[in-house]
Parts: sequence; structure tokens; C-alpha cells
Amino acid sequence: MSPAPVIPTDSRTPHWRAWLLLAPMVAWLVLFVVVPTAILLVYSFCERDEVGRVLFSFTLENYRRVADPVYLRIFLRSIGYAGLTTIICIVVGYPVAYCIGRAREDWRQRLLLLVMVPFWTSFLIRTYAWITILKQEGLLNGFVQQLSPTAKPFDLLYTPTAVVIGLVYAYLPFMILPIYGSVEKLDGALIEAAHDLGAGPLRVFSSVIIPLTMPGIAAGTLLVFVPAVGMFAITDLMGGARVPLIGNVIQNQFLQARDWPFGAALGAVFMGLFALTYWIMLKLGAHSEDSVA
Amino acid sequence: MSTMVDLRAVTKRFGSFTAVNDVSLEIAEGEFLTLLGPSGCGKTTLLRLIAGFDTPTEGSVWIGGEDVTHLPPYRRPVNQVFQSYALFPHLTVAENVGFGLRMQHIDKTEAAARVTEALALVSLTGLDARKPHQLSGGQRQRVALARALVCRPKVLLLDEPLSALDAKLRRSMQLELKRLQRQLGITFVFVTHDQEEALTMSDRIAIVNGGRIEQLGTAHEIYHRPATRFAADFVGQANLLEAQLLLQDSECVRVAVTGGLELTLPLAAWPAGATVALIAMRPEKVHVSKSRSSTAFAPGAANIFQARIEEEIFQGATDHLILVTAAGTRLGVVVANESALGDIFHAGDLVYCGLHTDDLVVVKAE
Repeated sequence: MSPAPVIPTDSRTPHWRAWLLLAPMVAWLVLFVVVPTAILLVYSFCERDEVGRVLFSFTLENYRRVADPVYLRIFLRSIGYAGLTTIICIVVGYPVAYCIGRAREDWRQRLLLLVMVPFWTSFLIRTYAWITILKQEGLLNGFVQQLSPTAKPFDLLYTPTAVVIGLVYAYLPFMILPIYGSVEKLDGALIEAAHDLGAGPLRVFSSVIIPLTMPGIAAGTLLVFVPAVGMFAITDLMGGARVPLIGNVIQNQFLQARDWPFGAALGAVFMGLFALTYWIMLKLGAHSEDSVA
Repeated sequence: MSTMVDLRAVTKRFGSFTAVNDVSLEIAEGEFLTLLGPSGCGKTTLLRLIAGFDTPTEGSVWIGGEDVTHLPPYRRPVNQVFQSYALFPHLTVAENVGFGLRMQHIDKTEAAARVTEALALVSLTGLDARKPHQLSGGQRQRVALARALVCRPKVLLLDEPLSALDAKLRRSMQLELKRLQRQLGITFVFVTHDQEEALTMSDRIAIVNGGRIEQLGTAHEIYHRPATRFAADFVGQANLLEAQLLLQDSECVRVAVTGGLELTLPLAAWPAGATVALIAMRPEKVHVSKSRSSTAFAPGAANIFQARIEEEIFQGATDHLILVTAAGTRLGVVVANESALGDIFHAGDLVYCGLHTDDLVVVKAE
């Protein structure tokens, strides 16, 4: 046998032709991610004049204002809402994802389609649909009245509960899909092996199924938690702006208060928070990926 | 010896498909029993019924004198080595092996000692901290074995555990499994489609076909006295010949087989009252010589006939010959290449064949 030809490869530096293929994406990212982020960071150190124009001078005043307890509370509240949303999405979404992932192969695609159906309609229209369900003279109250006419109609719309319902509704598919991905990859023989070794259903779930689907849970958490923290449309529409979250505050700074530098500073802190979450999730995900590989 | 596993008239249907059809099987304590059959014959379903992953549609499963038909797998005193090994990818070797002990809430120090002991038993000492993906196929197989044995099951179930290994490793694992089974005295139920594996390791072999057990016996019985056409064909090679009764006396019958060759069988071997039957003839039991006077045809070799070699396939230790007898019957025979100086056979040669009457076996056609 003749020796195999030596092909010089270095996985870390792509060939120039690879860069050519990547060029459109790189250009897109630079134009619409890197440049806006840079502008945001620059603005966050600027001042504004009385009519809202950005004055290019250096100040840390905006960041000092971010540290104000009012905004800190809103930050914490946003994290709380997003965290609660994420937990509910895991609790509700996991069984759904598990059932779809373990269903017969020909059924999986159809069931997944059902999860995706809501995306066929505009997000705003779906949110308005929730308003008609939750409002005082809405479908839910109507239904309860039918069952027991003496029951007092309850106020659900424009409450924190409505916001969480809206958030869970909006982000549930983003939890189901990655968990489904992990569940589908799970080898059924592992579950049988655990049963065989004396593990009852609960032990199998906690010792085998959960650890092996952790990458899906981590990915789902990332996909739900991060956007839920910054969501402003649902809090506006379903919370009636009574429970402003950080997304609403930032939106206000840019559109109503016309204080772009302060909005930029809030956004920058917010982005730092995302990066931190992402890093933690990556660590968790990488840990379990390593063991699954 | 007492019965460890007892399948009583077990039937398992999946929809309209009958995977296991009215099987009764008793497996003795400390026995190495192999379920041998082609894929889809129901052998894996039988194993799953013993393990508890499937529940029989009819009949019952008894283990150690206890009816376990409706017991879930985690309450049965059996453990399984899976075909794919099914090692937990998120756990280390030691955690994998200790999994069953953890489920049984065995004291930590005792569990650790038993894990070490089990790993030593399968020669894997020192690999405790590895993850399954850092092991070779043979090592994974040993971890799976240790994980099942550490629980001290009454019955160890093995679902084609060697099929993913290369030929050489497979042979050494066959011997090692047999050694372990003797050493531990645990009942082994081994599923395979590989007849060589079955013959090498088993105390008894159950030939499974079409959801039924066609024959149950020792390797010797199965090989030398196959009961059915399927058993004769699936284990080893066999010339299967349709035989027509010609003559009958107080000791022997004379039959004509496909193609016209006439053979003599002991009367006892022939089904009473039958005029036709199917005969199985193992290819190595036909003695082939170039001269009629050869010592190959000792007394008892009542069947002596001439044939021409149609084809010769040299296989090292043996020669495979396709013979056509003067009457026109085609036979496959195997001769040992004992000496380079002995008879050397070539296509076209005229040879004499001798065959002992006892080496002809009547088998059921179905």
C-alpha cells in the first residue's frame, strides 16, 4: 500500500474560500449586530440635550442612574417574571416534549406540527385573542358563569397573572422543541436497563431521563428566559402597563422619554445579564454534552 | 437440579403478529441455555418476557418458583446484558456498575467493594473513573456484564451481547462467559443467531423458529440428531434428501433419495408406517476415498457408493466437495485435509463414498 497523501488541515483557520462563503453572514452580523451594539455602547456614555438629541461627551451618569433602586427593582422583577415563566414552561413543556419524543415515529411529526401551529398567526393577534379570553366579560368568565351563575366574575386581565400566562403561552414552544430534541435522541434501551437494574419509574426519571435530557432543558431555558426578560409587548397588552418590566422601561426611554443615552445604558446592562446567563447555560450544557458524547 | 426459569404455555402477540406461540420451557438452576434462531424468530421476545419488559398475552412466567408474570422488571431477580450494552453515558464506569446497588439502597462502603470486585471479575480494574465513550467495544461489553452481575441475579439474560465485537474478541469472550458462568453458578439465558456461539457455550440449546421451540437439547443432540428440517439446516450444514421407502426387513430399511441414490438406514430411525421421509446428512460424515479398499469403509459403513467430483473448494483445514453420484444425486461433503500426501481431490475425479447407517437422521419436514 502506498502511503496516504498528506492533506494539510488546520481546523482552526478556515481556508480563504470558506471565508468567501461566510462573507454574507459576516457582513450581516457586522452591519446589524456589531455596529448597533457599538452605537449602543457609545450612546450609553453620552449625554442628551433638552430636546433629546445625543451629545457626544463622556459620562458615567447613565450607569449611575441604572443602579437606582427603582430600576434595580424592575430588573429583579423582570428576572422574577422570566424565571417563573421558564419554570412553568419546563413543568408544562417537559411532559409534552417527552410524550412527543417517545411517540410512534409516524406520529411525532404531526404532533410537532401542532406545537408549531400558533406560529402561523401573528403574535399580536394571538395576544389580543388572550385578551378576549381573560377580560372581565371574556370567554373564561363567561364559561365560569355558565357553570355556576352565582360566582363573581374575576379580574384576570391587567394583573401579573395575565402577564405570566401571556409569557408562558408565547414561549412554551421554545421550551418544547429543544427538550423534544433531547428526548428523541434518548435510547430506549437505557430506560429498560435502568428498570432492569431495579429502578422504579420515578428513579428512572430522576437518575436517567432527566440527566440525559439536560442539554434540551438548558437550551430551552436559554430560549425562554432571555427573551422573556426583555419582553415588552405582552406586559403592555396583558399587564396594562401596570407591571412594567425592563423591556418596557427601555422602550419608554427611547420612544417616550427620548433619553437615548439612558436607554442605551439600561440596554447595555441588560445585555451583560444575557451574556452571563448564556455563559452559565453554556457551562451546564457543555458539561452534560461532554458526558453524552 | 431445581427449575430456575419456567415458561408455562407462553404466547405473546403484537396486534395480529404472534411473536411467541405457546412456548413451554424449563431452565434448570445454574444452566447455560441458549435461545438460537434467525432474526424475527421470537427469541428476543422470549428473553423480554423473562426480563419483564413484555407481558405474555397468555401463559405465565415463573422464576425461582415464584409467579412473576405481572411483576415489573425492577422487581424481578434477573438482570440483562443488552445488545447495545445500554451503558448510561452520563455516568462513569464505577457509577454504571454501582447503579443497581444504588437502586437497592445497599450501604455505600459495601457497594463500593462489590463494584471493585465485579470490575476485577471482568478484568477492568482501574477503569472506574472512565466514561463509557472512552472505552473500546470490548471494554463496554465487560462493563455491561459487570453491571448486571454485581446485582447477583438469579438469572442473567444476555441479548446477543457479542454481536458487536470482532471475530477474535468474540471467541475469547465466549470462553470467558462460559468460565464466568461456571465460576458463579448463575443461570444464563443467552440469545444469539450465531450457531457457533451456541455450540461453544451452551449446556442446552433451544432452536427457536416462527415463535416456537423446534428442538431443545444439548449441542451434541442438536448437531448429530436434528429433529426438524429447520434445526438441521440452521445448525451446521446438512444435505436434506427426500427419501422414498423401497424395502424393509427386521433391522433395516432401504430408501431411494432425491436423484436416485439408494441408502440403508436402521429400521428404528425410520418413522413407523411411513413411505416417504426427509433425511438429513451432515457433510463431514460422508467418507471419501479414491480407492474402494480404503480403511475409511469400516464395518457399519453399509452405504458405499461411487460419485464424481463436480466441484472442489479448498478451505485450508478442509476441502468442500460437490459430488454427483452415479444415480444423479448431488451431495455436499467436507473432507479433512489431513496430510498433503494423502488423497488429493480434483474436480472430475471418480471417488468412493462410505456412510454409516447411523449417520442418516430422519427429520420432520416442517
